[in-house]
Amino acid sequence: MTGPAIEDTTSLATEDKTAVAKEDKSGRAKPEKSGFLRGLKKHLRLIVQAAWGLITNGYARGFMPGNPRIYDGPLKHFCVPGMNCYSCPGALGACPIGALQASLTDRNRRFPFYVLGFLTAVGVLVGRFICGWLCLFGLIQELLYRIPTPKLKIPARLDKPLRYLKYAVLAVLVVGLPLLYRTRYGAGIPFFCEFVCPVGTLEGGVPLVLLNNALRPALGWLFVWKMVLLVLCIAASIFIYRPFCKYLCPLGAFYSLFQKFSLLRMNVDAEACTNCGACSRACAMNVDPSRKPNSAECIRCGECMKACPQKALAFTVAGRRILAGEKSPAGRSSKSGKTGKREGSST
Amino acid sequence: MKKKILLPLAIIIFAAAVGMLVYGAVTGQAADVFVKAARICMECIGLG
Repeated sequence: MTGPAIEDTTSLATEDKTAVAKEDKSGRAKPEKSGFLRGLKKHLRLIVQAAWGLITNGYARGFMPGNPRIYDGPLKHFCVPGMNCYSCPGALGACPIGALQASLTDRNRRFPFYVLGFLTAVGVLVGRFICGWLCLFGLIQELLYRIPTPKLKIPARLDKPLRYLKYAVLAVLVVGLPLLYRTRYGAGIPFFCEFVCPVGTLEGGVPLVLLNNALRPALGWLFVWKMVLLVLCIAASIFIYRPFCKYLCPLGAFYSLFQKFSLLRMNVDAEACTNCGACSRACAMNVDPSRKPNSAECIRCGECMKACPQKALAFTVAGRRILAGEKSPAGRSSKSGKTGKREGSST
Repeated sequence: MKKKILLPLAIIIFAAAVGMLVYGAVTGQAADVFVKAARICMECIGLG
């Protein structure tokens, strides 16, 4: 087996090189964007991720030392779209994967209409856009990856099969075993939450144990095991871009099922694309957006759109082009027949 | 898949999902989620 190669990470820090003065139709130079606006645009996703993480974990009282309670107000009826442990002291909403497992392990064995309906609605609206923009654990992994160290690139023959692991996690640990295995008391076990989920350990376990002396005597082998998994995940995140999202996340696996027909999609303008490869070099998820714009692995972070010199990539909603880098020049405007050529070619 | 099919398919699935969501909420499943989410989940945090 070939050893891991050093990955070229320069493409990740895609600079916004479009801040040159442009001329409008009358020939007058448009004013350049201010530094603040450019910075805002450049770091928009980071800002959105951080703001969303703070908002959905905004119950400050939960972080008071000695406070044994988490938020238990009415917002906990609702799931948040990303992985966010509902036992995080600040969590205002419910984790959809935790809620799904709680429904499946229920003694009454009811079909989880509520949680599955929510997950399907989100998936069909935006697909894995949630992973790229509204997942706190994704943000944490991205920040860890920014630590300046040599980066690992998993060889393709190992990377490809590992990508299927997250579907196995979803099918076996989140759905199969919680549904089929019952204790003698009739309840199921939330296998993923209990034995794997590093999000719960990081967002729930660690702060609760640090803040509450009363919980510490209850620590045992399970906590040690979950801490080992968390440390491995954190360490891997320093060298590999979003390893949990790529290989283990059951929520990402679920949303990826909808990538091909979600309302928010990535679109390649086939006329404008010169196949220069800038988009695939910019993609940290190792997708080639020019060939597979709606790949199941795409987290719709938009880095490829920023990197494209032709601005051939754009998000579309119900076929309408939005959030493109620059407006297409005349002659390659978003004609559905042309821009849609590569939409369906993704895998 | 043909592009023409994708949009109607997405709309149909979205409508079905919203229907499931509402049905689940009406039949008390949102309350079940609340009951689980409002207490510290010992399994989730690794306390068994």
